[in-house]
Amino acid sequence: MLKGKGIPVFITFIVGTIMIFSFFIPHKPFGDLEKISLNWYSIIAGFTMLLGVDSLIGMHYRKITRRTGNWGYSIVLIAGFTGTVVIGIIETIRLGTAFNEASYFTYIYNYFIVPLQSTMFSLLAFFIASAAYRAFRARNFDATLLLITAIIVMLGRVPLGEQISPNLPKFTEWIMQVPQMAAKRGIGLGISLGALGVSIRILLGIERSYLS
Amino acid sequence: MNIFLKLSKVDRRFIYIFIALVVILPLILKPKFPVVPTKPVQDVYDYVENLPEGSKVMISIDYDAASMPEQQPFLEALLRQLFRNKLKPILVVQWQLGAPLGTTALEKIARETQAIYGVDYINLGYRPGYVAQIVGIGKEIRDYFKTDYRNIPLDSFPIMKNVHNYNDIDLLVGLEAGATYLVWIEYAGGRFKQKIALALNAVSAPDAYYFYQSKQIIGLVGGMKGAAEYEALVGKPDLAVAGMASQSYSHLVIIIFIILGNIAYFVEKSRKAKEGGK
Repeated sequence: MLKGKGIPVFITFIVGTIMIFSFFIPHKPFGDLEKISLNWYSIIAGFTMLLGVDSLIGMHYRKITRRTGNWGYSIVLIAGFTGTVVIGIIETIRLGTAFNEASYFTYIYNYFIVPLQSTMFSLLAFFIASAAYRAFRARNFDATLLLITAIIVMLGRVPLGEQISPNLPKFTEWIMQVPQMAAKRGIGLGISLGALGVSIRILLGIERSYLS
Repeated sequence: MNIFLKLSKVDRRFIYIFIALVVILPLILKPKFPVVPTKPVQDVYDYVENLPEGSKVMISIDYDAASMPEQQPFLEALLRQLFRNKLKPILVVQWQLGAPLGTTALEKIARETQAIYGVDYINLGYRPGYVAQIVGIGKEIRDYFKTDYRNIPLDSFPIMKNVHNYNDIDLLVGLEAGATYLVWIEYAGGRFKQKIALALNAVSAPDAYYFYQSKQIIGLVGGMKGAAEYEALVGKPDLAVAGMASQSYSHLVIIIFIILGNIAYFVEKSRKAKEGGK
């Protein structure tokens, strides 16, 4: 009899097997079963957002009530979250979609989300420059090779490289398409084989860490 | 020698100021840099150019505002090319925070080219669960997109007449900031033989080169440089071309800092060796 963790392991095995069969035999009954499974997947994916929201709000609510470190930011987060949801609902009712260019929801997106996300990402330029200056050292042969390659690619991937020599972008493209790709392909094959192995272990119920 | 030793201990805020200057000044002074298209970008452009009039091109918005400077210029250049050639874009979104970016670009270029919504282009919006969706579109797109992004039924739009699955889509273009493109390649490409072109952020473009070599994708537009090349090919230089000077100079400054850092490292090393020998 199935009990405890045996039930989800059994469901995983059945659903996984159906998906594998339907990949190779997309006809009845596997095709229909796959369609149903995919619909369920979409529905579950939708509900995972609710779980995420519950977890986020719950964590920040607890920070506020317990007055833990930086709890003030949690108030900003909850206020921002609630405000965005409310405005999104109102604008959907008013204009048919929250994404209408005249909606306040779009205003929030354009003038809050976009600058915030762009700022976070653009900080990378500063950190990379500082980190490269401090850490990119020709300490041994491997590091020297990496450093020289990095400099060639950095120049060859911008129009300045073309100004220095028309051959520089071509050499950069060769680096990208031959040595870089050889290493990436090796890593990719390794990852894929690893993923295949883990998938088989999950299907057979050997790997159960996802249940904990 | 001393100057190099001082350089090795330079305050990181000086580096930040230098980077800020070389990014901002070229944007103000607008120096011109020639943009020469590379083969992976040219391949995408040529493939789109050779599509017959009326072909459907699905565009997947798989990025958000963090990648906007790299992806948005390419999206706009691609849309200009599509509308100019009377091709019909179908927009889908896999990253919910990218939805307004896709909508904004689509509406902007459609206005420029006087394209009609529902006839010349459509926006299907975002649906959760992209893996299921990407597999499911192989059978029937209406299973996942019964309505467009404004909740209007799909069958009320002439553009969606006879569009049911990948067989009815001539090209899929994924604009990618993460790893969603792997699912497009595995299922849409591998299983349903959908032709795919990708635009990836510069940081992840090297990861997709082997899909280009194995012809699992028809071409690859990498980062802002790729977008600038595409703008040049389309014949309307815009934000990406304007950003090339900033990117060129910032790369140069980083390289100079790396060289200075290494000189300082070797000076310090030789000084320590001398002291150790005394």
